[in-house]
Amino acid sequence: MRALARAITMVERRDAEVRELQQALRDRVQTPYVVGFTGAPGTGKSTLVDALVALLRKRERSVAVIATDPNSPFTGGAILGDRIRMQRHALDPKVFIRSMGARGHLGGLSLAAREAIRLLGAFGFDPVILETVGVGQSELEVAAVADTTVVVLTPNLGDGVQMIKAGILEIADIFVVNKADLEGHQRVATELRSMLSLAPKSQDKAWKQPIVATSATRQEGIEELWAAIESHRKHREAGGKAKAQAEQRLKDETAEVVAEIARQRAREALADGGVLAERLREDGTPYEVAEEILRLLRGPRELTP
Amino acid sequence: MSPAKAPAKPVRILLAKVGLDGHDRGVKVVARALRDAGYEVIYTGLRQTPEMVVDAALQEDAQVIGLSLHSGAHMTLFPAVVSELKKKNATDIIVFGGGIIPDDDVEELKKQGVAELFTPGTPLQDIVEWLRKRFPSS
Amino acid sequence: MKVRARDPHQVWREEFESSRTKRTDNIETSTISGVPVKPLYTSDDLPVRAEEMPGQYPYTRGIHPTGYRGRLWTMRQFSGFATAEETNKRYKYLLANGQTGLSVAFDMPTLMGQDSDAPTSRGEIGHCGVAVDSLADMETLFDGIPLGDITTSMTINSPAAILLCMYLAVAEKQGVPFKKLGGTLQNDILKEFIAQKEFIFPPEPSMRLVVDSIEYCAAEVPKWNTISISGYHIREAGSTAAQELAFTLAVEEIAKFRAARRIWARWMREKYGAQDERSWKLRFHTQTAGVSLTAQQPELNIARTALEALSAVLGGTQSLHTNAMDEVLALPTDDSARLALRTQQLIAYETGVVNTIDPLGGSYFIESLTDEIERQAEAYFRRIEELGGVIPAIEAGFFQKEIADAAFRYQQELEQKRRIMIGVNDFTVDEEAPIEILRIDPKLEAQQVERVRAVRARRDQARCEAALNRLRTAAAGSDNLMPHILEAVKAYATEGEIMNTLIDVFGVYTEKAVI
Repeated sequence: MRALARAITMVERRDAEVRELQQALRDRVQTPYVVGFTGAPGTGKSTLVDALVALLRKRERSVAVIATDPNSPFTGGAILGDRIRMQRHALDPKVFIRSMGARGHLGGLSLAAREAIRLLGAFGFDPVILETVGVGQSELEVAAVADTTVVVLTPNLGDGVQMIKAGILEIADIFVVNKADLEGHQRVATELRSMLSLAPKSQDKAWKQPIVATSATRQEGIEELWAAIESHRKHREAGGKAKAQAEQRLKDETAEVVAEIARQRAREALADGGVLAERLREDGTPYEVAEEILRLLRGPRELTP
Repeated sequence: MSPAKAPAKPVRILLAKVGLDGHDRGVKVVARALRDAGYEVIYTGLRQTPEMVVDAALQEDAQVIGLSLHSGAHMTLFPAVVSELKKKNATDIIVFGGGIIPDDDVEELKKQGVAELFTPGTPLQDIVEWLRKRFPSS
Repeated sequence: MKVRARDPHQVWREEFESSRTKRTDNIETSTISGVPVKPLYTSDDLPVRAEEMPGQYPYTRGIHPTGYRGRLWTMRQFSGFATAEETNKRYKYLLANGQTGLSVAFDMPTLMGQDSDAPTSRGEIGHCGVAVDSLADMETLFDGIPLGDITTSMTINSPAAILLCMYLAVAEKQGVPFKKLGGTLQNDILKEFIAQKEFIFPPEPSMRLVVDSIEYCAAEVPKWNTISISGYHIREAGSTAAQELAFTLAVEEIAKFRAARRIWARWMREKYGAQDERSWKLRFHTQTAGVSLTAQQPELNIARTALEALSAVLGGTQSLHTNAMDEVLALPTDDSARLALRTQQLIAYETGVVNTIDPLGGSYFIESLTDEIERQAEAYFRRIEELGGVIPAIEAGFFQKEIADAAFRYQQELEQKRRIMIGVNDFTVDEEAPIEILRIDPKLEAQQVERVRAVRARRDQARCEAALNRLRTAAAGSDNLMPHILEAVKAYATEGEIMNTLIDVFGVYTEKAVI
């Protein structure tokens, strides 16, 4: 367990040893199924994930959770508190929970999360649940990594379904209306259903986004949720979508890795006191120095993200 | 407290309330202060057993465990965390504690492997400075 | 030409502004709750309202027309440690020294509804209160103390109904009729979710147990105060005085008590339409602030506690606990417990403040502050209502967040030396002589574990199981649970067994992370 935990830290920090690790694990890689959970603060995502973990354990699956939280961008510090709801699984060796800060880097959490997911797969965890609070761009990042994206809503939204953040309806493969014990639950589900029937939002035209009612605190609707996730998985695999998406994502990820390496090399090249930093000051515009850095990038150095 | 420069590789600190009491004022104030000082804090909540704390710290790859307790059970539970770490071959993880702890107990707990103890009235800056000494790169 | 006398207010203002002898340190002058405090209050600050009188609505100046000329407050020291046997000795000692009521402090396993032999009880037994696992312990705790002659307060919440039933069962054995029993059960479960965090069941079934105990006592134990709303733990967790008022029923302390009586009376009469005048009268118990005590120069805590106790008395408290100087380090020793009690006696018999009812009434400052706290508390009530009431606000983490924010702010003010705590961030000494503190003998833990096991071994097992099964069935339905709990207690079912039976039906609660 410690080896896995340390390896995740390495990919998070983008340590130089990561490449070696990746090589070593190459043959063991078994990409796990990734379920993303996102939703506004206070929708009960962590409790829901906790309940789903309990169900999966009953079915003897080894399950991992990556809980992400936006960092405080100014200091780089963070308080990660999603474990609180899941600590009853702390002593279960078949459950691995990891809290991840976004660390404020431009690539967001997706690169580190993808690497961590591969590691978790190599250690036999499948599925991996990726949870994020729906602020900023984080839910889009989750959708870009997850095979099935679950968007969690609650009856006490306040402003009704109309006000759901733009872009959220499109990334959902499954909607959960959590806190089904609260008043207004039916109304939210009905509004959502009629909105989706007027204008389907799923990016996969052949998939009708189901709406599942849950009460995570009462452990209700969890089986139905897992059934919906399973049926989405089968849908993707049957239609060949899974394979096509995997290929596309690999391309995207490769482009991101390149961008990340380039960004890091550029920062090194522009370090204070260097020739390029001086030139940049003289030029006052970035383009010529950028060309110069790109020329340097073609040099013989090892690619270590 | 002045905001620190973002550490390139944040030190991860697991904070937990061991024992049965629910006095979480202190641990939450410390969590905020450490966050503001640039640390990544994982808070596991109330009523954690030593075994739960250590397993969570291992999964989270925390370099430091901070324990808070106000019920008087520190002489039992703090050393239990240290010995659980020994059992899991993870003695490189540093343990510190906070709470209502008489001076004699502070000495005894240090002997038993708790790195430092912070009692009521400790300025937050002292905790941050202690961590900075332990992790100069942070 | 006639020379007009200058307005004395204006003269003072000019003199104050131009004076060169003013402190230049950066000390915060607002109250800890953030109420701005002016350098001087005058008749301009006195609110215009009909004269308020003690014993008359809205009771700002006290609920009794006689104040302390009628009756002093109850001197009720919160006390309990180690085993029932040790604590029983302490109770007898305090009563012999002039204490007028008992107040039981339970240890953490008891507060959390678990037996001393539960794995998570290790290290906790008897440390911050007395260990009570079953009726057998309660019998020992009150051995030789006639329950008909004293009143007892029990600070316990999630398992409150069980401990009350144990007390009732002891009274029955002593032959004291329930109708004669007086005392108070804290039973304030909502603040557990907000601040003290000793919750077990989710809010709804927790509230059912509270309501069941209130209904049962109204019929069977009519003199018992079945609920006591606590601001104390909320304040300890870091809230401000206005938040404390708004959250629970939802100097500064004196004004707070006066404002609380006025708000309570008005809400009961005008908002809830309560008819019985007695229900308009807010009565309260006060505990001096544990959070104000320091481990540094602990003798200073005697002075702090005396000042706080004085404000409680000036605010018109019905009952008072004074902290002992060593409570920041451990539970009080016999000597420090007596000293704390003596502090109250000193206020009652030497200072003369009890001879005048509401002695600070009419003070420009106090009256103005009373109004200000009332305004702030009302603003909080409105916010809570906007959130849909207390339980939705708890679930949304509202109170927890407000408290955590206030605590953090206060800590920062201390660190910036904008607030001074003597001996902590100023006026420190380098070397301190350690003071004697109470040590709980580690052997007691094993003895208590042995004791609860012995109780289980010698009881009528069939009777106990049958009682627990009836309780389980009742919990799944809607019957009042009190008679069933009482039966289980009398069959020597342990506290942990009764709680676990209820947990089977009610489930447990995990809080949302609010940091």
